[in-house]
Amino acid sequence: MDVLIGQLFTGLSLGSILLLAALGLSLTFGQMGVINMAHGEFIMAGCYTTYVVQKVISSAGVSLLVSLVIGFLVGGALGAALEMGLIRWMYDRPLDTLLVTFGVGLVLQQFARDIFGAPAKNVLAPEWLSGGVTILGAVVPKTRIFILVLAVLAVTVLAVVLKATPLGRRIRAVVQNRGLAETSGVSSRFTDISTFFIGSGLAGVAGVALTLIGSTSPTIGQSYLIDAFLVVVIGGLGQIKGTVIAAFALGLLNSYIEYETTASIAKVVVFVLIVIFLQVRPQGLFTVRTRSLA
Amino acid sequence: MSDSCAAHRHRSRLTRALVAPTALALAGLLLTACGAKDDATTGSSAASCVDTSTDTIKVGSLHSLSGTMAISEVTVANSTKLAVDQINAAGGVLGKKIQLVLEDGASDPKTFAEKAEKLISSDCVAAVFGGWTSSSRKAMKPKFESLNSLLYYPVQYEGLEDSKNIFYTGATTNQQIVPALDYLKQKGITSLYLVGSDYVFPQTANREIKAYAAANGIEIKGEDYTPLGSTDFSTIVNKVRNAKAGAVFNTLNGDSNVAFFREYTNAGLKAAEMPVVSVSIAEEEVAGIGAQNIAGQLTAWNYYQTVDTPQNKAFVDAYKAAFGADKPTSDPMEAAYASVYLWKNTVEKANSFKTEDVQAAADGVSFDAPEGLVTIDGSNHHITKTARIGEIRADGLIYTVWDSGKPIQPDPYLKSYDWAKGL
Repeated sequence: MDVLIGQLFTGLSLGSILLLAALGLSLTFGQMGVINMAHGEFIMAGCYTTYVVQKVISSAGVSLLVSLVIGFLVGGALGAALEMGLIRWMYDRPLDTLLVTFGVGLVLQQFARDIFGAPAKNVLAPEWLSGGVTILGAVVPKTRIFILVLAVLAVTVLAVVLKATPLGRRIRAVVQNRGLAETSGVSSRFTDISTFFIGSGLAGVAGVALTLIGSTSPTIGQSYLIDAFLVVVIGGLGQIKGTVIAAFALGLLNSYIEYETTASIAKVVVFVLIVIFLQVRPQGLFTVRTRSLA
Repeated sequence: MSDSCAAHRHRSRLTRALVAPTALALAGLLLTACGAKDDATTGSSAASCVDTSTDTIKVGSLHSLSGTMAISEVTVANSTKLAVDQINAAGGVLGKKIQLVLEDGASDPKTFAEKAEKLISSDCVAAVFGGWTSSSRKAMKPKFESLNSLLYYPVQYEGLEDSKNIFYTGATTNQQIVPALDYLKQKGITSLYLVGSDYVFPQTANREIKAYAAANGIEIKGEDYTPLGSTDFSTIVNKVRNAKAGAVFNTLNGDSNVAFFREYTNAGLKAAEMPVVSVSIAEEEVAGIGAQNIAGQLTAWNYYQTVDTPQNKAFVDAYKAAFGADKPTSDPMEAAYASVYLWKNTVEKANSFKTEDVQAAADGVSFDAPEGLVTIDGSNHHITKTARIGEIRADGLIYTVWDSGKPIQPDPYLKSYDWAKGL
């Protein structure tokens, strides 16, 4: 029984990390159709932001909370700069954004290497996040609970922003019909930049959360990028709901299979299951059906 | 969220575009898979191009200055440099100053092989000091053998290997893992859980541990591997807890240790109840993990910064003076430092920089290292070493709780142990 519970929490926490990494992509890739290969490096920027903030603010607890805000702004600023500098010219060419942003990612990695050095940096976890809590007989580390809460919070805020704010309405309008939105007086330029700002900011927040788990190196983003893309694709493009379900489903699946087998076998099994799933439902978990979809 | 025709035209373009990242990911996977294999294409055994006509002699330093292993290897490269600087300040080797050529193996075996070939063939170095992971050593080995040059490899490893072109100055199994197992057995531990990174060293080491366990009535409760650089240990820690083993034998390498020990401590597992014995965590890594997350856990090595010898005091002081007062020294750093002196002593005994002459002169060459006297065994190119078990304390340093008292003869193939017959 505690195995089941323990793995449930492990799966949920793995899922929440996947979700944080994928949430920003769900906005920029799912909604706007831009394949941003530099998303992983925005995550990395969030990690290094936490490291720098901790250098300035010695109290680990305060610095983590401050980092969440600054990490969002740093990731967002990088995203907005990328959109204004490069992506705005290639909204009609998804393959070109792939190559361009891949290049930007490599440049950012080298920047990080030059500024912080190649060896990994470590961020101290605050005192109030050390140790674990016993839930139904299973010990769950507090850092994992924090990340889970953070992920849920991020999804909620994003959903509210998209559903209920003027900015959210403009984003949805531009995504659905750029021409009509512009005719109705929505500035699509401003909306594009804001969407990128929010999406990339979420990557920064994901980076802050990741420092609680392991160490920060210039290549940390790469280890999460493919998983994040998978989550968005499985969830269905443009579907926040799908992204959430896909992230937790993958997390849980992985944790239960890994418990019964090994880490390597679990990865292979999950990949095979994803391939089979995409054969059956290439459009992902959720897609809105319309006339145009054959 | 979107339901217009425009959005769907957009989306079908996207579906096609999706093929590209998938293909990229696959290509990446394939490349990694190929890189993991030994590079079979080795150059012809051309005559050595080492230039001995000038008053300098070149040697190479080849470590991961970037990537997941950089946390461990940068300090080893520093230590090599310290020894070279000291030797140069004292007049050099055979009247020549040593010129160090620095290369980055980038935590990638294929890069190690390429850089080794470059150092030997185009930089014309007399010897190379380098490597950490067994994969990097295995990748470099054919290069040193076919180009007939010398590698000084400073890290403990899984044994079952020897080469006339490699001097193994870290511990082999019977100088580290076997003493650690003997120590655990003597402490009354009757079951073990094995956790390691998924590559040569942990797999082979665990095969040896299982053979030892089978012969000594120790139960193996489980065995898990994660990819090098992996940071997700929640499931493995759950498995370890539920297995209720007497101790965990940890052969993880590099950054993964940070994630593993954070998870281990946060999940409420304690050194007092289920100690973790690590063979690849030294003082430098303890700082990265955070001493509070690892205090009380055990390590098996041949050297700690706290070893009380005059030679070690001089080594620690010199290192701190060169690289910073807060920088700790560790076992592989000490072995790398001793390597350079062993090379110097061998070259001086041979009165030649030529590979054949150095090989012929190596047997019995010794050096009063910080860990104690070390001597090259000419029959297998390993060295004698003192085994030590240490406990990590809250100050981030490791303190000896047991040592073998005298240097142990190297036995890379474990020929002197009955339980190792089938390996």
